[in-house]
Amino acid sequence: MSILIDNNTRLVVQGLTGREGSFHAGRNKAYGTDLVAGVTPGKGGTDVEGTPIFDTVDEAVKETGANTSMVFVPARFAADAVLESYDAGIDVIVAITENIPARDMARAVPYIRAGTRGASLIGPNCPGVISPGKANVGIIPGEICSQGPVGLVSRSGTLVYQIVHELTQRGLGQSTCVGIGGDPIPGSDFIDILEKFEADDETEMVVLVGEIGGDAEERAAEWAQKNMSKPIVGYIAGLTAPPGKRMGHAGAIISGSKGTGQAKIEAFEAAGIRVGRNPTEVGEIAAELRS
Amino acid sequence: MDLFEYQGKEMLRKFEVPVPEGRVAQTPDEAAEAARKLGGKVVVKAQVQVGGRGKAGGIKLAESPEEAREVAEQILGMDIKGHTVKRVLVERAGDIKKEYYCSFLLDRTERKFLGMMSAEGGVEIEKLAVERPDAITYVHIDPLLGISDFHAREMVFGSGIDVEARKEAIALLPKLFNAFVELDASLVEVNPLVLTGDGRVIALDAKVSVDDSAFFRHPNFEELKSAHEVPEQERFAKEKGLNFIKLDGDVGIIGNGAGLVMSTLDVVKAAGGEPANFLDVGGGANAEVLSAALEVIMSNAEVKSVFINIFGGITRCDLVAEGVLNALSRLDVKVPIVIRLDGTNAVEGRKMLADAPHPMLVTAETMLGAAEKAVELARSGAVVGGGAA
Repeated sequence: MSILIDNNTRLVVQGLTGREGSFHAGRNKAYGTDLVAGVTPGKGGTDVEGTPIFDTVDEAVKETGANTSMVFVPARFAADAVLESYDAGIDVIVAITENIPARDMARAVPYIRAGTRGASLIGPNCPGVISPGKANVGIIPGEICSQGPVGLVSRSGTLVYQIVHELTQRGLGQSTCVGIGGDPIPGSDFIDILEKFEADDETEMVVLVGEIGGDAEERAAEWAQKNMSKPIVGYIAGLTAPPGKRMGHAGAIISGSKGTGQAKIEAFEAAGIRVGRNPTEVGEIAAELRS
Repeated sequence: MDLFEYQGKEMLRKFEVPVPEGRVAQTPDEAAEAARKLGGKVVVKAQVQVGGRGKAGGIKLAESPEEAREVAEQILGMDIKGHTVKRVLVERAGDIKKEYYCSFLLDRTERKFLGMMSAEGGVEIEKLAVERPDAITYVHIDPLLGISDFHAREMVFGSGIDVEARKEAIALLPKLFNAFVELDASLVEVNPLVLTGDGRVIALDAKVSVDDSAFFRHPNFEELKSAHEVPEQERFAKEKGLNFIKLDGDVGIIGNGAGLVMSTLDVVKAAGGEPANFLDVGGGANAEVLSAALEVIMSNAEVKSVFINIFGGITRCDLVAEGVLNALSRLDVKVPIVIRLDGTNAVEGRKMLADAPHPMLVTAETMLGAAEKAVELARSGAVVGGGAA
């Protein structure tokens, strides 16, 4: 198994004809992901290196059986693209685009989550999802990952790379790595992903990489204590970030006294989650738990 | 972007939220002229984006245009907690009977909009929320549904504001909410919302923060932005597409990806150092971007060493190395640079650096090792001989 994407993934890329879209979709395809379609309104009937382009996601789904989409369209059109995927019946929507207005996602995210179909939106402003050895949807470099028992979920993209590196160096492969994104309202939060890892028979341990801002880590810790049987290793970036400053990610901001790294670490520890003080220590703890 | 009070009020006025009549002034003469046009007693308010300006002497009453000129002279140029006053807002002074609080913001946890109201205004809301949480009424609003009159009633009745203010407040809140949504604001806060002697309810202050990602929907925001002074270093960084935040330490930091940069600041601090900045070159940074990033860092005279921490994904380490070498040849580099490369094309990147040794360049194998080296070099102030840490 693995979560969200695997050998059954049939990928449609919204924005495949763009520079970024074609580059990364090409890399995903080279990794072995089944890239079945692209969507660019007005370019239906053409193709990008053999992959057929459709005008709408609906058409792409009907013609190719696509079940997963990757959104690579510019920010101002991205929420619309996400909703189009959802309404076309796509089950896993991975939105890479950053700088989508918060108001757009404040509408799109609850709409998708309220649906009864159980569709998952990952992102936006995220590096995507990889199930090593099976499928890669997004921009995580496949070559640094290896298949194995650790599930990884992170708000940050480059910390996925850094921590995968720490794990791989210690012989710990990954079942699935999920970048949920750095926005204030992500489509999926830590709890959504933990729930999937808990139910996944390939995942034996989870590494949860959080950062300052909001209370998603605190809620995840509380949830995990009640619902997770698998061990979790935690990490929080931004312990030394000053309050009131947005540290790169739209969601990485300490508002007043809320969202500090210290509070998150305390919440993890109170829930019995061991916390690494830096990415290297996360790898060490994971290796220790594994042995 | 946080709007100045006068800008926020100008925006709220467009949505028919009642605000005091006022004019902005940049000189004492303009302030006097504004007071003359408004007539009668006025209040002159410093336009700075920091709390506590009243206590700092940044808000003063004036009985006449002449007096308005005098107080504007005192306030303009004043330093309030590190912010220099460039403008004053001259407003008709009203008779304030009661002060309340109201705001709309995005509640990340609930994935909904949140309305907050309190019968106690003019106070620090964070403090009130901690000390007496019952004094604030919270009402969630579904972003897909928008505000309904009952939301406004819940806020008004729930907060227990005076009976005579209720009707107008219930009428005002949906207008304020519309402004919040239509402006793509992350916050609109009215503190205080006041009940005047003649029974009107008006927004005496306005704090409006708008979403930088939504500027494409609001061409007029660019004009509002021009009133904001950006320090030279930040302006240059922004121009080069770099995400830069100045901090107070002496170890310059460059990394790729917000999370990795935050983590880098943390390890530098854990190694006993103080980061001079946050700088994220973003995904897929090329040699030119890296070179510009180093230029930004070097323009801070406080910087005693630099730590470049790259984990290549889309970013290629060979291009990073090229950018660093380019910057070294182009800039007068006086402080040591510790660099750690991993990920895409790291082997090529490391080789390029090894082939072009520079007395100020130190390569490191690991993130933690690099942090320790950068901190040590910032402390000793030593000019290194180049090579590996």
